[in-house]
Amino acid sequence: MEKKLLLGDEAVALGAIHAGLSGVYAYPGTPSTEITEFIQTNKEAIERGVRSRWCTNEKTAMEAALGMSYCGKRALVCMKHVGMNVCADAFVNSAITGVNGGVVVLAADDPSMHSSQNEQDSRFYGKFAMIPIFEPSNQQEAYDMMSRAFELSERLKEPVLLRVVTRLAHSRAAVEIGKAADQNKLNPATDNAHWVLLPGNARRNYLDLIDKQNDMMKASCESSTNDIITINNSDKGKWIGIVACGIGYNYVREALNGIKDNEDNYMIMKLTQYPMPVEGIKQMAEVCSEILVVEDGQPVVEEEVKKLVDTSYKVEGRLTGRLPRTGELNPDNVSLGLGKENNPLFRPAKNLAGRPPQLCQGCGHRDVYTALGEVVKEYENARVFGDIGCYTLGALPPFKALASCVDMGASITMAKGAADAGLWPAIAVIGDSTFTHSGMTGLLDAVNDNSNVTIIISDNLTTGMTGGQDSAGLNKYEAICLGLGVDPDHVRVVVPLPKNMPEITKILREEINYKGVSVIIPRRECIQVAARHARERAKQNNK
Amino acid sequence: MKKDIILCGVGGQGILSIATIIGEAATEAGINLKQAEVHGMSQRGGDVQSNLRLSTDPIWSDQIPTGEADVIISMEPMEALRYITYLRPDGMIITSSKTFVNIPNYPDEAALKSELNELPNVQLDIEAIAAELKSAKSANMVLLGMAAPYIEVLTVEQLRKAVSVIFARKGDAVVEANLRAFDRGVEASKK
Repeated sequence: MEKKLLLGDEAVALGAIHAGLSGVYAYPGTPSTEITEFIQTNKEAIERGVRSRWCTNEKTAMEAALGMSYCGKRALVCMKHVGMNVCADAFVNSAITGVNGGVVVLAADDPSMHSSQNEQDSRFYGKFAMIPIFEPSNQQEAYDMMSRAFELSERLKEPVLLRVVTRLAHSRAAVEIGKAADQNKLNPATDNAHWVLLPGNARRNYLDLIDKQNDMMKASCESSTNDIITINNSDKGKWIGIVACGIGYNYVREALNGIKDNEDNYMIMKLTQYPMPVEGIKQMAEVCSEILVVEDGQPVVEEEVKKLVDTSYKVEGRLTGRLPRTGELNPDNVSLGLGKENNPLFRPAKNLAGRPPQLCQGCGHRDVYTALGEVVKEYENARVFGDIGCYTLGALPPFKALASCVDMGASITMAKGAADAGLWPAIAVIGDSTFTHSGMTGLLDAVNDNSNVTIIISDNLTTGMTGGQDSAGLNKYEAICLGLGVDPDHVRVVVPLPKNMPEITKILREEINYKGVSVIIPRRECIQVAARHARERAKQNNK
Repeated sequence: MKKDIILCGVGGQGILSIATIIGEAATEAGINLKQAEVHGMSQRGGDVQSNLRLSTDPIWSDQIPTGEADVIISMEPMEALRYITYLRPDGMIITSSKTFVNIPNYPDEAALKSELNELPNVQLDIEAIAAELKSAKSANMVLLGMAAPYIEVLTVEQLRKAVSVIFARKGDAVVEANLRAFDRGVEASKK
């Protein structure tokens, strides 16, 4: 058997390719980006013609995957957890239409918010849509689960959610890999009643979905990775039940290995496939005097377990304070939850300062903020509404430029709402990729209302923060703005460089003073991507 | 036998290359390995770290518990201090001695060095050595060479071989430069 050292994300990607994947649809987002990048550059995937170009946003990705599934082929959709909000309409309704070819939706959650604005738990979305969820505990399971997830999806005719968290997505281990299965043949669906969600059809489909819940429960109970492990330390000791979800299982095993002279006995359910096997939990409650739920993210399972047992039965976890209410699990907090405190000898250092991320030296966003800072101070009530991308770092010193950053595209619409309320100047800063992801519709609203806003599309020709992926609207920004109805006199393009500061500040003043929608596009390639392109050119020339 | 290693530094200093090389050596030697790293926002001039766990037994957690790291390998002295609660009582810090100051509130260097010197540590100006070798980009390989004798679960020779494997696709000159840097690190470690 061949072994490969793979990131959790790469294990998911290779598992999907080997499961006979025909297309991956995704928008970049930490910690999910490496899945699609792996498929884009994997030789086997390229030879097999697996469709892999980046999508404009998670909703277009989900819908295109559903279209591929309609035709009988296997499709994978990848996103970070907040992407689930963007594709929620398509995602939830894909459970009502059901699928033809297998669909796996991969959501990469980010507990502790390493690179995110919240730590929402995607398992809620799976429960909400009433579909099966897989949650691997390690890289090998991530690889193996892909074919199981596609098979289950095709057997139940429903999409399947696969949830990973940052620490699995971005951790490497050796994975035993198998052979690639053939892709499904083109076989478009013919049951229109299932795919046309008019109320009459949707009601029938919804009943079908309810009927399938028993099959989903059966699949979880019979799952090869929902193991029950018992650790019998002493006949004198009490029995403690642990429901360990996904990578939570690893922290439990790590912690139990570290407890010396332990007389307690443990019954551990490794939970890697949902719905939660209810019977197993009930049996655990009969044997054990308490149940500790160890789950990364929000207390999804803890709440479910509480519902299964008497109110007097002790269920512990994030809701009771045995584990921290927020932030990711780690070996220390799980160990503490199991009664053993790790007491390091060395205390935290005194001569230490935080080293926050920064915009690169020479980055065009820096010049945008320098110019904006100079102009904005001339207007008493000016507010700059920010968005999601490298340029969010403009909120930090030395720029301290931003009044807000909420979700993809919110800069434009929040500036518009603020202008509606009477604020002036209302300025939005958004990146090129974020603009095509979710900013265009907001711009149309602003045009239709002739809102008094100044929108800066800081165009670095790439999706910068996630490492320089292709930007969907490359070379189309002026055309998009004009097409949406922005007055051509108020679509201005500048080159963000220190030497152009007088011109940029002049244009900023003019467009702030213009009463209506104006768009300024500072355009200069991301310096990281420019350097990569230069290396690629040099390599080509050497050949 | 196990070795838990924390690799740390500032984004762009080549931490992940060190991790890749140790990973290659471990895979080649058939030793279990888990390597967790943080990608994304933190790469832009911020602090970066990677948890590398090597063991002849199965490894559970991807992250190292506090007080369990055998070695901290750091490209920057203050970054080494950031993780000292993870260090075992008998652990060792192997660090570049040269500070990387890109924040306004960087601590007083003398105070920082004196705190570092109260801890078990080996320091070397790896950038000076790399400059001397006319191979500024190989400073991280000088550091890996310095750390190599402390990794124990892998031999210095196994690590050296992994350096040539990982850099092979960049051509012989790059392999040679990195091996020279690695060897200088190993030499310095013996002193």
